[in-house]
Amino acid sequence: MHFQPTEDQEALRAGVRALLAGRYGREELRAAVDGGPVVDRALWRELGTAGFFALRLPESAGGVGLGLAEGVLVFEEAGRALLPGPLVATHLAAGVVPGAAEGTAVVTAGDLDGGLVAYLAEADAVLGAAGPGVPAGEPVRSVDPLTPLHRVAAPGEVAPYRTAGALLTAALQVGSALRTLELAVRHAGEREQFGQPIGAFQAVKHLCAGMLVRAEVARTAVYAAAVTEDAGEVAAAGLLADEAAVLGARDCLQVHGGMGFTWEADVHLHLKRAWVRARQWRTAEQAEELLAAELLAGAGPPGPGDAP
Amino acid sequence: MDLTYTEEEQDFRAALRAWLAKVLPALPPAPSPDDWPGRRAHDAGWQRRLYDAGYAGLHWPVDAGGRGATPTQHLIFLEETERAGAPYVGANFVGLLHAGPTIAAEGSAEQRARWLPPVLRGDEMWCQGFSEPGAGSDLASLRTRAVRDGDAYVVTGSKIWTSHAEVADWCELLVRTDPDAPRHRGISWLALPMDAPGVTVRPLRTLAGSAEFAEVFLDEVRVPLSHRVGAENDGWRVTMVTLSFERGTAFVGEVVACRRTLEGLARTARANGRWDDPVLRRRLGRLYGEFGALWRLTQWNVSAAERSGGVPGVGGSVFKLAYSHARQELYEAAAEVLGADSLVLDARWTPDRLSSLSYTIAAGTSQIQRNIVAERILGLPKGR
Ligand SMILES: Cc1cc2nc3c(=O)[nH]c(=O)nc-3n(C[C@H](O)[C@H](O)[C@H](O)COP(=O)(O)OP(=O)(O)OC[C@H]3O[C@@H](n4cnc5c(N)ncnc54)[C@H](O)[C@@H]3O)c2cc1C
Repeated sequence: MHFQPTEDQEALRAGVRALLAGRYGREELRAAVDGGPVVDRALWRELGTAGFFALRLPESAGGVGLGLAEGVLVFEEAGRALLPGPLVATHLAAGVVPGAAEGTAVVTAGDLDGGLVAYLAEADAVLGAAGPGVPAGEPVRSVDPLTPLHRVAAPGEVAPYRTAGALLTAALQVGSALRTLELAVRHAGEREQFGQPIGAFQAVKHLCAGMLVRAEVARTAVYAAAVTEDAGEVAAAGLLADEAAVLGARDCLQVHGGMGFTWEADVHLHLKRAWVRARQWRTAEQAEELLAAELLAGAGPPGPGDAP
Repeated sequence: MDLTYTEEEQDFRAALRAWLAKVLPALPPAPSPDDWPGRRAHDAGWQRRLYDAGYAGLHWPVDAGGRGATPTQHLIFLEETERAGAPYVGANFVGLLHAGPTIAAEGSAEQRARWLPPVLRGDEMWCQGFSEPGAGSDLASLRTRAVRDGDAYVVTGSKIWTSHAEVADWCELLVRTDPDAPRHRGISWLALPMDAPGVTVRPLRTLAGSAEFAEVFLDEVRVPLSHRVGAENDGWRVTMVTLSFERGTAFVGEVVACRRTLEGLARTARANGRWDDPVLRRRLGRLYGEFGALWRLTQWNVSAAERSGGVPGVGGSVFKLAYSHARQELYEAAAEVLGADSLVLDARWTPDRLSSLSYTIAAGTSQIQRNIVAERILGLPKGR
């Protein structure tokens, strides 16, 4: 058993990290928040060229031919960079919607409950939609400045994509959780109060340690689910990753003090995106019900040693 | 990233499984939890069976009498024995998981020959005399002192929370050998025979009502110099070796046990109708997912250790933090499943609920583990 990334997998991760650091650093992120394009089409095509969307498409179909394990490593990096756009939906559309694999098409999905669809105005297609093109939708004000939302009457069928979608979204959450941890630790080491870095105070230290524990447990769960592709493991990975991202961003905000509550600090962007992702593909309630059903099925019928 | 086992590992698992299926039905029934001599005998008997079958000290180095198994094989061993319902390491805990590995790593050839085989055979039990009334989390402030007198140390002081002290033959004892040195530098690691004159054991009652730990009073106890493991005043470093073992692998089998408990909870909840409560059902579902993830984290840590070829590192603190809290949540959920019946002291899971309260305290409290994670993994500054 070698449950560690291979050298190739590490190299892939490093490559994606370098690409995103060069093409979507803090300046690009803030420019998008300040009213720039949410989905940068040129970058989208670059991602396509790098194989981001065609990663799991068989080589015979023009894809890279890799698996979910590579997928989660790559999406973890996208989550870390807080890259906006319907990344998961377009990735799932590779081989289904023309142009998705190459990154020339932007494909979204009706993966949110309540008939909300993200990035509708930016998209060329909706995964699982009845017809071609994008259906009409009513714009609503989105909590996340980089995830525009529309309310759509019939957003399309996503059930066939749910498991992979939930897992890749969980990977995005893990990347975000690891990133907010980094931001918190950096701030805790630099900001001084009472004559010492605030990170020397145990109250701050323990917030950071809690963030690490949640992120590491979630990360392992996501990797394991990618390897086994087991429905229950995917559901559990989603639960843990949503928690790691949402609570991680909140704790990061706390560590930043008043600065954390400002629009200038990036932490709110992580938190708001984490909220959106936590409702994509599968809600916590659905994941818990799925796991409960699996637990019961595996538990078997009541037997002698059971409590009355 | 791969979770499949090699052919060799699968063979190892199959052989172990077959052996367990043969030997477990013939095992005498477990004694009552309060019968400590009975428990010692039971645990020793199990250890002897492991020894005879070649499974004792599986993960110990070969030159220490172990089998030199890989971390993955050790993991398989813990998984399979727990799954089959084999006895827990029990009273052999300190000998097999702390003192033994420490002596194997730091002891002289004579010390290894004297102490390791009886641990592996289940002939001798060890306890851990680290904590003192005034030195718990702040272990380096310990005051039990050892003064040289000829070929022996004369040891005076007291230890507390010493698990299994009543049935132990030996105690891994931390003492202060240089009161003038900086706190961490004046400590030595001794093997104390529990029947030496001047050793008094006074059982302490836990909140679960049992007497699984004790106070140990040491009144001018003579311990031969040859019982010191490692150099004089180098005991802190020796101890850190021990603690990395404690935190690295000590709880592995219990994750498997927790998943079995969850299955029992699901069956019970279905039988008594509480499964229909969506809040409780979802809570059990989440716990099921969490324990599954903790098992994966174990595999991750083990394969990381295997790759680096080292002893389990601070990753053990991450695991211990997550696990100890999850386990407490598990038994809170159990109480929900039982309802008012959870108030009946010998209801199934109530004793476990009580004992789970110690998990966030024993072997380093959660607060101390968070300090370790923050300072050693995240590199945050030490507080003043
Ligand atoms: C069931 C059980 C079995 C045990 N078995 C053994 C054994 O066999 N051998 C042995 O030597 N010991 C044993 N122990 C002792 C155990 O290691 C100690 O209880 C533990 O390390 C805590 O020390 P303490 O009890 O003195 O608590 P304290 O150190 O007094 O801690 C009290 C509280 O203060 C907090 N605290 C202390 N210092 C800090 C700090 N720096 N920052 C933040 N919070 C802090 C702690 O987290 C805790 O909440 C056992 C304990 C239990 C519960």
